[in-house]
Amino acid sequence: MKRLSKYLQPMKQKQAILYLSRYGILIAFLILIVLMSFLSPAFLKTTNIMNILRQTSINGIVAVGMTLVIILAGIDLSVGSVIALAAVIAASFAHTDDYPLIVPVFAGLITGALCGFLNGFIIAKRKIAPFIMTLAMMTIARGAALVYTNGRPVIDLSDSYNKIGGSYFLGMPIPVIIFIVIILCGWFLLSRTVFGRHIYATGGNKTAAELSGIITNKIIIWVYTIAGLLAGLAGIVLSSRVMSGSPATGQGYELDAIAAVVIGGTKLTGGVGTVFGTVIGVLIIGVMNNGLDLLNVSSYWQLVVKGIIILLAVVLKKKNLR
Amino acid sequence: MNNSDEKSPFLEIKGLSKSFPGTVALDDVSLKVNRGEIHVLMGENGAGKSTLMKILAGIYQKDSGHILINSQPVEIKNERHALQLGIAMVHQELNNFPDINIAENIFAGREPSKWGIVNNNELYSRAGILLSEFHLNIDPHMKMGKLSISEMQLVEIVKAISLNAGILILDEPTSAISATDADFLFDILHRLKKQGVTIIYISHKMEEIFRISDRITVLRDGKWIFTGNSAELTPDEMIKKMVGRELRELFPERTILPGEIVLQVENFTRKNAFSGVSLFLRKGEILGISGLVGSGRTEFIESVFGYPPADEGIMHVSGKKVRINSPGDAINNGLALVPEDRKLAGLNLHGSLLINTTLAALSGFAGIGGVICRQEERQAADTVTKQLQVKFADLNQLISNLSGGNQQKVVLAKWLLIKPDILLLDEPTRGIDIGAKSEIYRLINKLAMEGLSILMVSSEMTELIGLCDRIIAFRKGRVSREFQRAGFDQEQILAAIMN
Repeated sequence: MKRLSKYLQPMKQKQAILYLSRYGILIAFLILIVLMSFLSPAFLKTTNIMNILRQTSINGIVAVGMTLVIILAGIDLSVGSVIALAAVIAASFAHTDDYPLIVPVFAGLITGALCGFLNGFIIAKRKIAPFIMTLAMMTIARGAALVYTNGRPVIDLSDSYNKIGGSYFLGMPIPVIIFIVIILCGWFLLSRTVFGRHIYATGGNKTAAELSGIITNKIIIWVYTIAGLLAGLAGIVLSSRVMSGSPATGQGYELDAIAAVVIGGTKLTGGVGTVFGTVIGVLIIGVMNNGLDLLNVSSYWQLVVKGIIILLAVVLKKKNLR
Repeated sequence: MNNSDEKSPFLEIKGLSKSFPGTVALDDVSLKVNRGEIHVLMGENGAGKSTLMKILAGIYQKDSGHILINSQPVEIKNERHALQLGIAMVHQELNNFPDINIAENIFAGREPSKWGIVNNNELYSRAGILLSEFHLNIDPHMKMGKLSISEMQLVEIVKAISLNAGILILDEPTSAISATDADFLFDILHRLKKQGVTIIYISHKMEEIFRISDRITVLRDGKWIFTGNSAELTPDEMIKKMVGRELRELFPERTILPGEIVLQVENFTRKNAFSGVSLFLRKGEILGISGLVGSGRTEFIESVFGYPPADEGIMHVSGKKVRINSPGDAINNGLALVPEDRKLAGLNLHGSLLINTTLAALSGFAGIGGVICRQEERQAADTVTKQLQVKFADLNQLISNLSGGNQQKVVLAKWLLIKPDILLLDEPTRGIDIGAKSEIYRLINKLAMEGLSILMVSSEMTELIGLCDRIIAFRKGRVSREFQRAGFDQEQILAAIMN
């Protein structure tokens, strides 16, 4: 019995540290909220909270896809450009009364999924580093968006299309509802399905996964396709909210998504991560941007602060795990 | 370096011990090596040779004991410090930079330079002089990666000597080179010896050991067994000293129940790995494969599992001809593989006990759309881990927190969940302690009694002899001999696998 407890003691400690590192980010988030509510009376108002949620929903949708990719030990730099390509293609089918709403939505989703599929297919079959493949796709998709529109934004969109980003359902902005649905889907996929387990297994140890009968190429292709699909969805929501499909939109969105995922505790080396963590990461970035706005901090300084927060989140996590 | 007495040993190791989690790698080892001798270190895999050498080279730190060089006690802190003390090691896996040239490789980290700017003229002329001293006709401007393995080996040795190493450690330097290249290497070693360099040489190859060595030391199970002059020894005596241990009581009683043939492999061939391998396995039988590292034994068993598939050959499972192109095919035909390296190929170390245990059998617990029935999954994991007596606190705990023996049981558990007919085991007890080994032996035996057919690769002769019904010896990618249980003889098997 004594021997057993000797065994268990360090394990409990390790687990406590694990919990701390898992929930540490949640605690940091709560502290941030308390801090903000003291600093700015406007912060906790419902309209402001809805505002934050709406502003974060696009990054959130992309970040859920990015979580899957990073758990797989990959990276997707192309999502920002894919957002733009999906936005202009969807918007081009959304001129007033041209087609029913389903057509532009479908066009946007297919565009995103196709870009993602190409990423995944070439990464899996040609063994190209994800960084390189998606860097190329980032350039290609951006170029394609510019070619498609001749560099001009697509405007005059139908009311029904604009409603996706602009209207409410049960008092909630539609983009927020979409974000919540995507969170639930992502969480369910990762934690409750065979496919989710196979993502963790492939990212955690590809050889072991393959020896367990998992066709890792299939998993890789699917995950990048999903990430592309979600980027396409984000492109639709974004273009609808700003009522125009701009080929210049979405620049740097991939980095915001990666930042949210990393703040949320997903390791770039793969095999570890949760959608829950990513959501907290997304919200931390959102609350920070909003809070700094409320406090009239210049957007230049906001960038500096954002960078420091990303660094802190990762440094603290490393320290905890030692 | 010159003030040493000829009779006192140049390098002396006293009571050296070293443990890793779960195993004692070195247990109170003492050893004396004289100046200017070629001292061969022998022993089975896991005997502690490499650990001892890595301590000398500063890669591992000893737990206790003393090391004396020239009668001066030294504490070897790291690899750099070992080099300063004049100890250089040429590793079995070459650690060079294939994309830079030979001169830069030789002087890596100590390039002749002034104010941080490399003096290329000096770099190449010094490298050229060194290479010609060893009669190596190699252009120092050439990329390292362009050399053959034996040439790389020689360049590594040149590098070690250029560090003014008084003690040169070579870990199986001839394992990957041709006989002619080996001759050339031995000439160089003899020259170095004449120059007063002390050489410690790890090898499994009897012929070369007796050809080049002055003295031989045998280690077994981390303990010093014997040191003697090679001129007074015979290969047979050496083999006896290497394997002579009584581990019989570790093994379960085995009653052989030969059933029908469940696996038949004919003429399996994979380029640069193995060729023309044919064997069969009966229901409930434990068939062992013995062979040295590099004999193709691991590659063979992996190809039976389709990872990667063999280039040529026919395979029958339960009398039916099958073509296995991937682990998925193998699993569907009732095969399971416990790989050689559980950390590299068996487990997802980022994951929990639960997700590692159920990974291969997962779809069995899933309903529509691949949704996992978590209760069913937990129950199955709970049952199988209890059955295998895995010691753990919580199914959600990280697999990396378990001991090696328990991790190995989890890999086994993963495969038992898919209820295989044929279990392929590659070094099933590598790196785990003797107690856990014994448990795994019992388990393997029990599974075979229940009708599972087992094909097992192992470097440990005693393990194969204790467990198997038959043993097939692999040498250079081919089956060299087959032994029946009644005719098991350690020395004969060893002779059949040695080159």
